[in-house]
Amino acid sequence: MRNIVRHRLFWPALALATLITVNSAARPQFLRVTMRDGELYGALIDILRNSAPLMLVALGMTIVIATRGIDLSVGAVMAVSGAVALTIIDGSSDPNGVGTVLIAVVTAIAVAMVLGVWNGLLVSVFGIQPIIATLVLMLAGRGAALLVTDGFITTVNSEPFAFIASGYLTVLPFAFFISVAAIASIAIVERRTALGMLTEAVGINPEASRLAGVRSRGIIWGAYVLSAVLAGIAGIIYASNIKAADANAAGLLIELYAILAVVLGGTSLQGGTFSLAGTVLGVLIIQTLNSTILFMGIPSAQSPVFFAVVVVVVVVIQSQKVRSWIRALGASGRNRRSAATTEVAS
Amino acid sequence: MPAEQSAPHVVQMRGITIRFPGVLALDRVDFTLRAGEVHSLMGENGAGKSTLIKALTGVYTIDGGTIEVSGEQRSFGSTADAQGAGISTVYQEVNLCANLTVGENVMLGHESRRGGAIDWRTTHSRASQHLANLGLDIDPRTALASHSIAIQQLVAISRAMVLESSVLILDEPTSSLDRGEVEQLFAVIRGLRDRGVAILFVSHFLDQVYEISDRITVLRNGQLVGEYGIDELPRDALVTAMIGRELDDLTALGTSAHREINRSGAPVVRAMGIGKRGVLEPADLEVFEGEVVGIAGLLGSGRTELVRLLYGADKPDAGSIFVKGEAAHLRTPRHAIERGISFSSEDRRAEGIIADLTVAENIMLGVQARKGWLHKVKAAERDELVAQYIEALGVRPANPGALAGNLSGGNQQKVLLARWLAMAPDLLVLDEPTRGIDVGAKADIQRKVSELSQKGLSVVFISSELEEVLRIAQRIAVMRDRHKIGEVAASDVNVDGLIDYIANAGEGSAA
Repeated sequence: MRNIVRHRLFWPALALATLITVNSAARPQFLRVTMRDGELYGALIDILRNSAPLMLVALGMTIVIATRGIDLSVGAVMAVSGAVALTIIDGSSDPNGVGTVLIAVVTAIAVAMVLGVWNGLLVSVFGIQPIIATLVLMLAGRGAALLVTDGFITTVNSEPFAFIASGYLTVLPFAFFISVAAIASIAIVERRTALGMLTEAVGINPEASRLAGVRSRGIIWGAYVLSAVLAGIAGIIYASNIKAADANAAGLLIELYAILAVVLGGTSLQGGTFSLAGTVLGVLIIQTLNSTILFMGIPSAQSPVFFAVVVVVVVVIQSQKVRSWIRALGASGRNRRSAATTEVAS
Repeated sequence: MPAEQSAPHVVQMRGITIRFPGVLALDRVDFTLRAGEVHSLMGENGAGKSTLIKALTGVYTIDGGTIEVSGEQRSFGSTADAQGAGISTVYQEVNLCANLTVGENVMLGHESRRGGAIDWRTTHSRASQHLANLGLDIDPRTALASHSIAIQQLVAISRAMVLESSVLILDEPTSSLDRGEVEQLFAVIRGLRDRGVAILFVSHFLDQVYEISDRITVLRNGQLVGEYGIDELPRDALVTAMIGRELDDLTALGTSAHREINRSGAPVVRAMGIGKRGVLEPADLEVFEGEVVGIAGLLGSGRTELVRLLYGADKPDAGSIFVKGEAAHLRTPRHAIERGISFSSEDRRAEGIIADLTVAENIMLGVQARKGWLHKVKAAERDELVAQYIEALGVRPANPGALAGNLSGGNQQKVLLARWLAMAPDLLVLDEPTRGIDVGAKADIQRKVSELSQKGLSVVFISSELEEVLRIAQRIAVMRDRHKIGEVAASDVNVDGLIDYIANAGEGSAA
C-alpha cells in the first residue's frame, strides 16, 4: 500500500479516477459507450479524440522541460502549421485528393520542424534563456501564420483532410491513434535508447554532463525540434477539426495547458527526471475536466473558475509539503500501532 | 572550561531513525549535547553524521525516535523550526547571501527599525558589536563576497549569535581554511563554549578534533558506536571505532614513490606551453604510461586550471597538446575523452554527480555518452559493469538503484571514479578525489589508483594533502601563483621538503 501511495503516478491517477467517478455519479451516461455503424461513440471516446492535440504538444513539452527548458511557441507553431496545410489544400486543383492532403501535411510538419530548429538554435547554440528564445516565436508565429493565409481564415472542404480529426479507423477515432502512435514512439525513442537518460542528465546537471562527454547541445536542440514537430501535427489535427486555419485561435494558450499537463503528471519544471506516463495522465485530467464542464452544463462564463478550483486542488495534493504532512499522519498512526504491539510482546 | 558530565543537556536525541529509499541512514541513534561543550561527531562518509545533523536542524523529518531541546520535546518540520528552538548551523559551503553586505547578513531579519523603515546606522553598529564579540574587526558595510571563506564563516557564526542560539553546529568549517584562519575560528569557538553555547563540531581533520573537542560521539554505518570523553579515546582507538578495523589502511598502502617508470617512449600525454591569459602561465606537463604525476600547490595556485585546460573543459589560448606523440586539439571534453583522457572534477556536487539519477546511471553516463544515445548499453552488460565497480570500489550502499544524491560524499566520489574507470581511459586526471571524505574511502581510492597505475594507467593526481601526493605519485609538478615552478621526484623529497619547495623555490632561497 505504502509503495503504491509513494509511486509518482499515484496522485495523478487518483485525480483522474476521481474525476471520472464524480462525472459518472452525476450523470451515469458519462460512462456509456455506444456502437453506431461499427464506430464507438460516447463521452469517453470524445475525450480520447479531443485530447489528441494537447497530448502531442504536452509530450514534446515534457522532453523540453526535462532539459531544463520550456517551449512557449507551441501554440504559434500550431497556427503556422495549420495555415500552411490549409493554404496548400486551398490552392490545389484537387482538394479532395489524398495526394494533395499528404503533401500539405508533410509540408506543414516540415515547416514546423524548421521553426523547432530555430528555437533549438537560439537555446542550445546562442545560449538564450528558453523562455525568451521561444517567446520570440510565440509572438511572431501567429503573425507569420496570418501572412501565409493573407490575413483570412482559410476554410476548405476536403474529405481526406477532415478525416484526420473526425474520421474513424476501425471502431475508434483516427486522432486517438495519432496520440497512441506519438506516445509509443516517444516512449520507445526515450526509454529503449539512452536518449531519455542522457536528457535527464543534461537537465539535472548540465556541467557534469558536459564534463562526462554528453553532447548536450544536440540533445537540447533535438528536444525543441521534437516539440515543434509534435506541435505541427497538433496544428493539423486542430485545423482538420474545424476545417479552417484560424491563425488567431489555433492552439491559443495551449502552451500553458501543456505545461500544466506536464506538472500534473509529476515532472518538475526544474528539469531532470521526467514521466511520459504522468504527462499522458495530466492531459487526460485536463481533457476530462473540460468535458465535465460541458457535460455538467456549467455556464461558459463560470467554467474557468471551476477549472481553476479543480486544478488548484490537484496541484496542492501533489505538493511535496502536503504529501509529507500526509506521510507524517500515516507514520504517527503506524508508530502508535507498532508501539502497542511492542508492549504486548514485552 | 569543558562542561562537566552534570552540565545541562541542551539537546537529547533518542533512538533517531531515518530511512531513504534503499538506505537505512540512521538506525536508532542516541546523541546528547551539553551546554558549554564542544562535541565532535565522528564517522566515515556514509556513517550518518550529516543525516543526524539534518535531523537536528529540521532538514529531514525523522522516521523514529525523539528530539528534546532544552528539556522540551520537539518535532521539527523545517529549518526555521529548528532555528526557532535555538539551533544554528554553519555549513562547509557558507549559506549566506554573498551579494549583501556583511552587516545585512549578520542582522538579516533582525534589523533595527525606526518608523517602519530600517535604521541602517543602528543596524550596522549592532552588527559591528556582534562581530566584535567574536573578535572580528571588519566593516559591516563591505560586501560579504569580498571576504575570504574563513571570514564568511565567522560572519555566519555572528549571525547565529544574533539569533541567540544555544546550539551551534559547525559542519566541516575548516576544510577550506588555512592554519591561521583555523586558529582564529578555534578562538571564537572556545569563547562561545565558555559562554555556555553547546557546539557540535564535524571535521575530517583528527588534529583539529583533538585540539578543540571535549567529547566525541562516533557513528558507523548509521549506528551509534559510542560517546567518549576526549581523554578516554586515543587516536588509534578513534580510527578503529570509526572504521571498525584494526590496521591503519593508509600506512599499510606503502608508497609508490620508488616505482620505476619507463620514460623512453612517447608520453601518453604531453602538454607544451599550455596556458590562458589571466588563468595560467604557459606550462608543460608530461605523463608516461603507468606513471602517477602529482600536482602540488596551494588552493588557487593554478593546479585545477592546468588540468581543466588539458581536458578541454576550458579553452587554452596558448600551447599544444600531444597524445601518444600525435598533436591533438582538445577543444571540448568530448575530444579529450575520444583521445582516452578522463577528468574527475574537484567539485563533485556541481560538476560530477547527477544527483537525481541512480548509482548505475551515474556510473554508466560517460560510457553511454561516448557510445551515443542510439547505442544503449545492454542491460546485462550494464548490470555486470556496475556490479563490478560497486564491488571493486566498495560503494555503500551496494545498491545500483539508489539515487546518487542520497549517497555520502565518499561514496559519491567512488561512483565518479567508477564512471571514469568504466571508460577505460589511458590517462585519468583526478582533481582532489579525496577531499572531504573519510579515511576508509580515501584508502580505497588510493589503493585503486596505485593498482591501476601498476597495470599501465597514467594518472594525474591533485591533492591538498601532501602526504597523499607523496605516497601515490612518482613525480610531482609544483605550482604557485598560477604557474608551474618546477618538478621533483617523489623519492627525493618528504613533506617538509615539498612545503619548502612550494613556498620558496624560484625565489633565490632554494639555493
